[in-house]
Amino acid sequence: MNASGDAILVADRIAVRFDTAEGPITAVDDVSFKVRPGEFLSLIGPSGCGKSTLFNVIGGLLSQHDGIVSVAGETISGPHKSIGMVFQEESTFPWRNVTDNVAFPLELVGMPRDKRIERARRFISLVGLDGFENRYPGELSGGMRQRVALARTLASEPKILLMDEPFAALDEQTRLLLGDKVLQIQQQLKQTTLLITHNITEAVQMSDRILVMTYRPGRVKRIVDIDLPRPRSSAVVTSEAFGRYVAEIWNDLREEASRGMRDEESQVLHHHGSAP
Amino acid sequence: MSQAASRTSIAASAPRATGLMTLLVALLLTELLIQAGLINRFIVPPPSEVAKAFYRIVAQEHVFRRFLSTAAECFAAGVMLTLAGVSAGLLMQRFTLLQRAVETWVASIAAAPLVIMYPLFLVIFGRNALTIIMMGFISGLPPAILKTIEGISATRKVLINVGRSFNLTATQQFWKILFPAALPTIFVGVRLGLVFALINVVGTEFLISYGGLGALIADLAERYDLAGTYAAICFVILVSVLFFLALEKIERWLRPVD
Repeated sequence: MNASGDAILVADRIAVRFDTAEGPITAVDDVSFKVRPGEFLSLIGPSGCGKSTLFNVIGGLLSQHDGIVSVAGETISGPHKSIGMVFQEESTFPWRNVTDNVAFPLELVGMPRDKRIERARRFISLVGLDGFENRYPGELSGGMRQRVALARTLASEPKILLMDEPFAALDEQTRLLLGDKVLQIQQQLKQTTLLITHNITEAVQMSDRILVMTYRPGRVKRIVDIDLPRPRSSAVVTSEAFGRYVAEIWNDLREEASRGMRDEESQVLHHHGSAP
Repeated sequence: MSQAASRTSIAASAPRATGLMTLLVALLLTELLIQAGLINRFIVPPPSEVAKAFYRIVAQEHVFRRFLSTAAECFAAGVMLTLAGVSAGLLMQRFTLLQRAVETWVASIAAAPLVIMYPLFLVIFGRNALTIIMMGFISGLPPAILKTIEGISATRKVLINVGRSFNLTATQQFWKILFPAALPTIFVGVRLGLVFALINVVGTEFLISYGGLGALIADLAERYDLAGTYAAICFVILVSVLFFLALEKIERWLRPVD
């Protein structure tokens, strides 16, 4: 996969190796994919498949890798203004209120205060946090804080929204409802989105395509087209087709997840000796 | 005011009222024990005599002038230790070699009783306010340095990555992320530094019999005016309270919510 064609984001033969105490480990190997403008692509895999490593490579936070990442035909070698990142961990600034958190990227480009507040309010409203503009992150729930982080990233108007398990720390119901919110925003803004996740339901609920990865080294196992009608919401999880997709992807993932589990067990035995 | 609102305001003022009541009860109990002869009045003066001594030290011992002098020395030491301590901490955090080379020394100085070095300071700076300020400054410096290093180093990686993802320059990364993230810990260091500075300022005044409240305490103690000594100590506490209130205001201004 070389030519970028109509793709906005291209990952071409990405490979990442780490040196560890046990010797070199290939975390990601020969991963290639394209994301089309406006598309919602999810990257799913078991723990240890290098998902977060890929997130860092695409976001430009990890420069030690083989292969090329390009945005709209331009090869990138570090964080790129076209890519907006939403992190798995809580990443709002506790010393800024909601408005100032969301206005952060606008402040960086020197937008006048009244204009950036007005713009920030628009994105706060988009993630459904009207009325919380002057609250501080410490006063909000985990789900609300993650929405603030999402609004902050969206306020920079990135061409590509890159998310690393943004709802991993939340309970299942909040996760489904926030999934709705992301879908709604993505459809409204026609936002190109790349979601890194280990949650099959989340991936099927939101994606146009799902890229299934193998356990270490992380390779592309299969790409599944999700042919569910849009606009979508969390109601889609009750449909029969949804269940079929989930089962299909789980079939692919089960083998990989089992391999990961066996590998972890053998590592524990190797470190601590066999059980008595 | 509605009933619920008045209940809330009572609940809010309860800790302060309880604190004040505890103090009053303790003073009353001390007074009673002394009057009953269970505590030696030549070791602990009765609170009623201390209260009376306030008028005396205000009228005869120029306590306000001395209070201002101690507060000014503390303020000077506090400003110096904040500027130098935070800057040194930032430099050491930035340059690992420097940090590895001197952090242990700084930690050792933090634990050392620097007040015994006052003769050296007397030789260098003379018997004047500068000696007192420098004693306060040097003794308050280590916690400010150590806590600044700790605050910056403990900034969560994800916040730094957010900055990187927005393509922040090194200067922006520092002022917009590292510094505000470290601010609460830096303030802990400055607060600790001020405690050490105040102790050493008053201690040096006491030892060299020069300047503010420390010298007054030494003088009153030598005259065996115990009630006056305790009253003067209350003014030292007042200096500390004022500095802490001011510091809290500055912290809230710089970082409204943690």
